[in-house]
Amino acid sequence: MRYETPASAKEAAGLLKKEKGAAFLLAGGTDLLVKLKMGIVEPDLVVDIKRIPKISDIQSSAKGFTIGAAVSGAELGEHAGLKKAWPGVVEAANLIGSDQIQGRATLPGNLCNASPAADSVPALIAAGAKAVVVGPLKKRTVPVEKVMIGPGKTSLAKGELIEAITLPKAEPRSGDAYLRFTPRTEMDIAVVGIAISLKLERGVIKKARVVLGAVAPTAIVVAAAARAIVGSKLDDKALDKLAAACSAACNPIDDKRGTIEYRVRVAGVLAKRAAKIAFQRAGGSL
Amino acid sequence: MSKSTLVSTTVNGDAVEFACPADESLMTALRDRVGLTGVKEGCGTGDCGACSISLDGRLVCSCIVLGVEAEGRSIETVEGLSQNGVLHPLQQNFIDHAALQCGICTPGFLVAAKALLDRNPNPDESEIRYALAGNLCRCTGYDKIVRAVQATAKDMRKKGRS
Repeated sequence: MRYETPASAKEAAGLLKKEKGAAFLLAGGTDLLVKLKMGIVEPDLVVDIKRIPKISDIQSSAKGFTIGAAVSGAELGEHAGLKKAWPGVVEAANLIGSDQIQGRATLPGNLCNASPAADSVPALIAAGAKAVVVGPLKKRTVPVEKVMIGPGKTSLAKGELIEAITLPKAEPRSGDAYLRFTPRTEMDIAVVGIAISLKLERGVIKKARVVLGAVAPTAIVVAAAARAIVGSKLDDKALDKLAAACSAACNPIDDKRGTIEYRVRVAGVLAKRAAKIAFQRAGGSL
Repeated sequence: MSKSTLVSTTVNGDAVEFACPADESLMTALRDRVGLTGVKEGCGTGDCGACSISLDGRLVCSCIVLGVEAEGRSIETVEGLSQNGVLHPLQQNFIDHAALQCGICTPGFLVAAKALLDRNPNPDESEIRYALAGNLCRCTGYDKIVRAVQATAKDMRKKGRS
């Protein structure tokens, strides 16, 4: 196995592209190095992006935030501006693993590991996050929901990598939230995850995005669930419609963490709770 | 087997060089090449925390860091906790509260607990339990470990040292 530390994302893309053997990108390594240890992957080349300038920075501007691909979960949690603007995204990222994992794990890593249960992914999608994808020849920006296409599969071509995740500026009177259910409180994988981002106008929900995780092969945007609460003040009727739409959108697996029936039911319950948190964060009163 | 790479790093304040293959974990490099066997291998997959170290001030599992990633970085292990032969208050309180049985998980707990107290000198029990959730003790001495961390936080606040 060879180990390279390129000085730019473009150089990293070139190394990944021209490698004839198995090439892997290393950021936090919390998935890759576990797979290496377990013999699931046998890399010929590992490209460590952490020496690339600005790749470990969170930049904020009038347009929003640009989060470098090597920024760890712990760093997201310590960024006051990001936490204030997108609390749901930060709480989702911070739910991943232990403090030790938080010291290394990254958003693009969570996204490109492409687990259906990835905690940060529904929150990023609900927030309208985009991935800045760099290839050997060109750079493109894609909505996060277009990156994962199935369990363990992404839409990135050979030689492409995510250089940063961008989040838009949070609108006034908006709020987001992420909740997940796990059998244990820590160090576990979501049975259901739900992210809701919404914006209020005169106390009424004007816009909403509802995204479910762990209940389908990828995170899913549930347009019917958003429609259920838009135009409401999150009264009980709207909440019931939201829960029903979320449950109806589930296409989960049966496993040791939860049965299909259980996941479908919990998706509705968590949706109500997450909507209330997002609504209150947006300044709404219940 | 890959070709070895020379890695220059700082470990517990001392400049240290070691040569390791690219696919070797930092945990293995620290144990077998630097001789710091306080870094323990439990699971080897980032679940148990026995190999916890501080890497540039961040708590990490050294089993899921490559040795070559440590180039130019600063590492602290359990061996760096005591100063001039005097145990760190956490170490003393682990002894006083019998917060260890077989001892394999202890170095990881000490390093993780120090990381917690460095950022939060007055954690409540629930904060301690969350902060130590990445450290497993299969003798299940968790209550005594939590008591030892609480006692240390109290001692250190009283003495005003960090």
